[in-house]
Amino acid sequence: MNPARLWAMARKEAIQLRRDPRSLAMAFLLPVALLLFFGYAISYDINNIELAVLDGSNSERSRALVDAFESSGYFDIIERPARYDDADDLLQSGKVRVVLVIPPSFDRDLSAGREAAIQLLLDGSDANTATIAQNYAAAIIIRYSSDVLLKARRFVLPVQAETRVWYNETLESRNMIVPGLVAVIMSIIAAMLTALTIAREWERGSMEQLAATPVHRLEVVIGKLLPYVGIGLFDVALAIVAGLLIFGVPLRGNILLLTGLTLLFLIGALSFGMFISAAVKSQVLASQFAVISTFLPAILLSGFIFSISTMPVALQVITYAVPARYYVSVTKGIFLKGVGPGVLWVQGLAMIIFAAAGLTLAIRSFRKELE
Amino acid sequence: MSDAVRVSQLTRKFGDFTAVDDVSFDVQQGEIFGFLGPNGAGKTTTIKMLTGLLRPTSGKARVAGFDVTTEIDRVKRNIGYMSQLFSLYPDLTVLENIQLFAGLYNVEGDRLERRKEWVLEMARLDDYKDRLTGELALGYKQRLALGCAVLHEPPILFLDEPTSGVDPISRRSFWDLIYGFAEAGTTVIVSTHYMEEAEYCHRLAVMNRGSIIALDRPDSLKAAISEPILEVTTGDAPRVVELLRGETGILEVTMFGRAVHAIVEDQAVAERQIPRALAAAGHSVESIRPIEPSLEDVFVSCVRRSGGTVAG
Repeated sequence: MNPARLWAMARKEAIQLRRDPRSLAMAFLLPVALLLFFGYAISYDINNIELAVLDGSNSERSRALVDAFESSGYFDIIERPARYDDADDLLQSGKVRVVLVIPPSFDRDLSAGREAAIQLLLDGSDANTATIAQNYAAAIIIRYSSDVLLKARRFVLPVQAETRVWYNETLESRNMIVPGLVAVIMSIIAAMLTALTIAREWERGSMEQLAATPVHRLEVVIGKLLPYVGIGLFDVALAIVAGLLIFGVPLRGNILLLTGLTLLFLIGALSFGMFISAAVKSQVLASQFAVISTFLPAILLSGFIFSISTMPVALQVITYAVPARYYVSVTKGIFLKGVGPGVLWVQGLAMIIFAAAGLTLAIRSFRKELE
Repeated sequence: MSDAVRVSQLTRKFGDFTAVDDVSFDVQQGEIFGFLGPNGAGKTTTIKMLTGLLRPTSGKARVAGFDVTTEIDRVKRNIGYMSQLFSLYPDLTVLENIQLFAGLYNVEGDRLERRKEWVLEMARLDDYKDRLTGELALGYKQRLALGCAVLHEPPILFLDEPTSGVDPISRRSFWDLIYGFAEAGTTVIVSTHYMEEAEYCHRLAVMNRGSIIALDRPDSLKAAISEPILEVTTGDAPRVVELLRGETGILEVTMFGRAVHAIVEDQAVAERQIPRALAAAGHSVESIRPIEPSLEDVFVSCVRRSGGTVAG
């Protein structure tokens, strides 16, 4: 490898990148846009569920139950229909997701020490929200019931769980999503950035002039890679700052370790894009391949959204070949748990293998010969 | 080493199609060697094999003493190449393109400064050096491409249809540059389909359908045409070509603008025969006169003698 030729390639690529608005947008705007979009759109936290209350009892006790719902923070009482049919309409039109019906006999039954039935109507068309709402409601009702019991009989509950959640104390899904999101976004952006570079030279004919020079294919591939590695690192830094400032995600681990592993990941992902570019020699095809081969695995098989340990075994095996899987573990681990090399060496090793494999593929598939 | 390029039985096939068929020739150092022929004759494919861009199917070629299949890197260090289509980077400035190719050819330090100045002056691009290359007129682009190809002062220069698409004046000034290189000892191998440009070459290989059908100095090629040529001017040239083709004693008929060139067996006989044949079909002859053969006539005559038809 000749440093002068390598430098000439890298410099040329950087200048071209600087003058191409499309590449610039992809390099700098798209990651931020994706981060904001996914960061806000993906959320498992369900708060402020629309609730309608039909309180037929209208007693001190029934109001206490309604208060319990309201003060939980999970439900917003937006309607108080007078008749059962109105409640039905509200549910059907989608104005509320849950209807709480307290029968007139509620207070009487409780006073008499009988079981007091209440009714909870849920909109099951969004099964996920319905399930979560049901669980919240059940928890509120159990607590209310135990309060009633305790007050009446002066009992103490035999078992009290003192739960404390580690790593993500407030159980905010955003804390879990944003670090993984950085990994997923970079998987996609990196491959898309480089997918165009070699194909563009073939399409424009400049490859012919380049191929007639003594430049070695190693110099072409690595020279082209260098500016994109710079951009990739900048993007990750930007995403981390956005994660910290906009989403308030904690960064507990070592930033140098994160940088080192990010660098390895970028080399692998960028080389993979270049491999696609050199293999298909068409910009349109290469960018499609790049998106398909990185986007879906990164989203579905990286453990970003769906936990790998609950997947069928066959799928679990496939995830070992998805680079994003390791990088998602790295970002989550360093952000949330603050883990170090003692834990992440497996991921580090996997990423060294991916970087080496990506580079080899890119260099092998790039030919200076015409066909 | 007096032979800059030695080619023997070079062949390139694309599937069933033979683009270059068993071609052999030598080029001497300092010579301007031309390939003349229509599109599809195999000129570009030959040049691509000699520059290491395309692997020959069979045959041997040595460029600057190095084998084009086994010593590609050395070949590339010793040649300059200007491809048929403009293929520098349009989104780099003139100077950035020069610096890129200087880097790729390892032209550094003082030499870089000297060569940069030289190229800008040679290509008359000093006032345009910070302009984006894509914004330049074609003539300027081609001079820049030539400049980038000779930055490293290669002993052999390959130019594949270097002046296609530019006006005759730019073409003429481009050829002044080529002569300059040849005088300084550079071997120039150039392809063209412009006849007037072919006249500038020291030696010409006339190509058709992948083969070299004649190879000699331009004046020798013309002198080799023994049959007389008559130029016939008429109102309807295409129709006249049809009428005369196949007449006894008329070997070949070709259209040259409004005129028709006929290669004939016997001048005196044909001068009486042609007006008679045309009059019978209702066409009058404005003029009929014997002419010196041009390279175009040479090409037509060579194709006829090789027993073929023109490619394309």
